[in-house]
Amino acid sequence: MTNKQDTNIFNRMMSIDRRWVFLLLIVVCVTAYFLPFSVPILVEPEVAVIHEFIDTLPPGSIVFLAIDYDPASLAELHPMTYALLEQCFRRNLRVMCTALHPNGPSMAEAAFLAVADSCRLDKTYNGEFFPAREVVNGVDYCFLGYKPYPALVILGMGTNFRLPFPSDYYGTPLDSIPLMKGVQNYDQTACVVNISGTSGTEYWISYGQGRFNFPLALGVTGVMGAEYYPYLNSGQVFGYMAGMLGAAQYEKLADNPGKAIIAMKVQLYAHFLIIFFIIIGNIGFFMDKFKKNREGR
Amino acid sequence: MKRTTLILMALVVIFFALSWIFKAMAFKGVEEHYILQGFLVTLAAFLTLSIMSFLYKDNPFYKFAEHLFVGISAAFWMSMGFWSTIVGNLFPRLSEGMSNFFKVHYIPGDYNFFFYVPVILGILLLMRLSRNYGWISRWSLAFIVGTTAGLNFIRYLRSDFINQVSSTFVPLLVDWQGIGHFFSSLNLSASGQFIMMLANWVIFLGVMCGIIYFFFSKEHTGLFGRASRVGIWILMITFGASFGYTVMGRISLLVGRITFLFRDWLGLNI
Repeated sequence: MTNKQDTNIFNRMMSIDRRWVFLLLIVVCVTAYFLPFSVPILVEPEVAVIHEFIDTLPPGSIVFLAIDYDPASLAELHPMTYALLEQCFRRNLRVMCTALHPNGPSMAEAAFLAVADSCRLDKTYNGEFFPAREVVNGVDYCFLGYKPYPALVILGMGTNFRLPFPSDYYGTPLDSIPLMKGVQNYDQTACVVNISGTSGTEYWISYGQGRFNFPLALGVTGVMGAEYYPYLNSGQVFGYMAGMLGAAQYEKLADNPGKAIIAMKVQLYAHFLIIFFIIIGNIGFFMDKFKKNREGR
Repeated sequence: MKRTTLILMALVVIFFALSWIFKAMAFKGVEEHYILQGFLVTLAAFLTLSIMSFLYKDNPFYKFAEHLFVGISAAFWMSMGFWSTIVGNLFPRLSEGMSNFFKVHYIPGDYNFFFYVPVILGILLLMRLSRNYGWISRWSLAFIVGTTAGLNFIRYLRSDFINQVSSTFVPLLVDWQGIGHFFSSLNLSASGQFIMMLANWVIFLGVMCGIIYFFFSKEHTGLFGRASRVGIWILMITFGASFGYTVMGRISLLVGRITFLFRDWLGLNI
């Protein structure tokens, strides 16, 4: 049985059934998803520097892409991978790729196939015309696949890619892959971009960049977002994309709008709703405290 | 099981069976294996909604999806480990016969006796399954723990200690050309002198106050106590930023699932 004090409006403001919050959040997200509007995206320097770095690489350079995420992080990280891969292939850069998460290979493979399909069409990005081209496995990209124990794999690749990966993901020996001719270790790559939803990022920073000193850029999930900023400040990481916002910024820079830019309008209204509930809860808390203090007096 | 539960489960099965049929019809002529594609998309939608149903309350659909995920993940990770490491890395270096058997490329001249060390340690690790000889697996575990500790010690020292400490040694008076110049060219652009100095002061004071908060050998009173209070505020702001990013991350996942359900499953494009 509830007493009068428990049922006052301020108490009720603090104890809204969480299911109403979930329901409202889903309603708001679905509504915002279908409404035809867009939100302005402000690009931060840490994202722009990655785009500029890739854009200014000479054709034929090798970008090493580490795709360390699984379907759980797909919504945030796939847009980054798509935009970055398309930019690389349109600029005639070559891509080497690993997936040091057991579920990563399927993510990487899906991205390569989708971007290869997209490259078969003429497109214009940022006012520059890019004719259709065929992206060939082994020539334009080499997908090494998955090996367990990321730290040891990253260290091994610093000596020779062939140590942890005698063959690529499809079983072709690395020595018979055209892209791998003369490519021994990170020294032959222009940079490493780690797109990750796992703690594998730490390995890339310390075992990879710390040991072999290659330029490293990160694309991480929102949950990991605040965690890796110190590495940007210390210069261990030269560029940084965090969460869906980072992905949307990269899509905007690449002039290749995709799922991340669409998602930002949903984010906007979902955040409004969450802020609204935080305010409601706080008003309830402070007013209840104030009321109790007054009654006590 | 209650009758209503059984009826509900039957309705769900019928609903998703119909969805499979409609999806397969939609894929016909577009996909080669349209029946399989229809099934996979419908299954993914069913599992998504089953997991989301936990938001209301625990139920058999959620339990089914959760157990399926755990079981498949365990099996998938183990098989990936076997095929990528033992078949992919070990056999091509040890035996031509085994390489041929598993249809992987043999690497002649790469044989090394020390490759047997991890094989033996791996077998010892599996002794854990034996009640009488389970203790032998501790040798392998000791090797793993020792190696990891050694590697991580260097890693943390270099990346998370030395580099992070040195990055806090920032100039507090950036490009300082005197007080007159500072006021005459004061601007609030991100690359301006004022903002850069402000940022460096925030880093310096934030680090100092944060360290003071965790310094317990002196009582937190007076100036030291006030610095400690600032330290806790810095920590709270950090946690707030982290929480904000977490909220964004979770909403992103929801958007991802909404996109899948409406676009890929129901075929509604915006």
